[in-house]
Amino acid sequence: MKRLLTLLLCLCTFVGFGAEPTESGEKGESFNPGEVILHHVADSHEWHWFSTDNGHFVTYLPIIAYQPGKGLSVFSSEELAEGKTHGNLKLEEEKLVTTDGSKVYDFSITKNVAALAMSSLLLVIIFTSVAKSYNRRAGQAPSGLQNALEPFVVFIRDEVGKKSIGPKYERYMPYLLTVFFFIWFNNLLGLTPGAANLTGNIAVTMAMALLTLIITLFSANKNYWGHIFAPPGVPWPLYIIMVPVELVGVIVKPFSLMIRLFANITAGHIIILSFISLIFIFRSSATGFLSVPFGLFISMLELLVSILQAYIFTLLTAMYIGSAVEEHHHDEAHHEDFGTAEERAGGSNLAHLGRPDVAAH
Amino acid sequence: MNLITPEFGLLFWQTLIFLLLFLLLAKFAWKPILGSLKEREESIDSALKMAQQAKEEMQSLKAGNEKLLAEARKERDQMLKEGQAMAAQFVEQAKTTATEEANRITQQAREAIQQEKSQALAEVRNTAAQLSVDIAERLLRRELADPAAQQKLVDDYLKDVKLN
Repeated sequence: MKRLLTLLLCLCTFVGFGAEPTESGEKGESFNPGEVILHHVADSHEWHWFSTDNGHFVTYLPIIAYQPGKGLSVFSSEELAEGKTHGNLKLEEEKLVTTDGSKVYDFSITKNVAALAMSSLLLVIIFTSVAKSYNRRAGQAPSGLQNALEPFVVFIRDEVGKKSIGPKYERYMPYLLTVFFFIWFNNLLGLTPGAANLTGNIAVTMAMALLTLIITLFSANKNYWGHIFAPPGVPWPLYIIMVPVELVGVIVKPFSLMIRLFANITAGHIIILSFISLIFIFRSSATGFLSVPFGLFISMLELLVSILQAYIFTLLTAMYIGSAVEEHHHDEAHHEDFGTAEERAGGSNLAHLGRPDVAAH
Repeated sequence: MNLITPEFGLLFWQTLIFLLLFLLLAKFAWKPILGSLKEREESIDSALKMAQQAKEEMQSLKAGNEKLLAEARKERDQMLKEGQAMAAQFVEQAKTTATEEANRITQQAREAIQQEKSQALAEVRNTAAQLSVDIAERLLRRELADPAAQQKLVDDYLKDVKLN
């Protein structure tokens, strides 16, 4: 099967290459795959569904702009479409700017904000209905949606919350569950054609990483701070080096969360779009024999990545919180690397940090 | 829009909506869901514990029954043994009593025989004495008639009467 597939793909590649010079040479229309792909993965002030020869099918979203001195202005993005200006506002590469160069804050309901609101509504509807079925079917076996989602809730509680945070896990469960299901659902929604690439947007991941940082810092006990400002087992002259390193570590952890999720999801989208773009680059439908299986394969992989990234984000969040609330034993010597943490935790989730495969994601 | 520069607007909306989502889900979804899960786990746990307890109780009950049965069996055996011993004793006693009774009856019989014998002997003696008196009477009557004949008669009588 595998060999057959390889052969088929090789053939397709030849067909593709064979077709390339003739057709692209004849038709002068320029196709810029980079631009198209970026347009698909980036945020936008309008919801562009698809384009045909008859024009673009676009839903114009509201623009909310705040200019110091001028106040708030709300209008449809249709008024800024195709380079038009509204007052002193215009869109430059999807970025709201003023014609006179003054400051403007863009609070627009962009494609991502609209998707965010809809997916949040979806999450609320799904999980309140699940909660209702728990009340309705109290003392009975779970069924339907409740039955489908319960394993995930239990998994996050038992394998992520309990193992990484320890006895105080219950306080953090709502946050962990919200993060997990928000990322997972939005990852899946992001794979839907026409939908927004929400979790692949760095502002979205940044907001969640910041929340994790805030929760970690606010739940940190004196052991955590002691570990940063007076690392045990380190001679005091080394504090000059160690303390800044530890402080940077505090920031780097949520930063890695932000980058990891953003990069994974965006990369997946870019790969799928690149395969599809191949068809247009080579201007040959035959390239579809290469692009479609590959695109399908990556899409399947993305389904896995969707839940994997949600799990990793949740797990790492739980571990950061866990390290902040952990009660240390005073007779133990502490080391900076997580390899010793792995030994100490004896196979708990802390071990994942040291594993290169998880770290790479 | 640049891919790696976070948009301030989106950051704002994401924080706001995500926090709202978090609060809504925490209150209306996670709290009841986690609560129900915990409740269910506790009920399963307690049911399992109760089943275990019932099992143990049953085992102890069974063991008690067996013990009781064994005791009853032992008691029965002992009772049988005692009964047998008592029966044997009864038989022995009866035998002894019978022997004694027999001995006593034999003794009594013997005594009666002895008594009868002595009585009979006495009667014989009396009879002999009566006879002697009778003879003496007849002798005396004959003496009146013929002394010679009397003598003869006496002799004859004496010949006839043999004292044995």
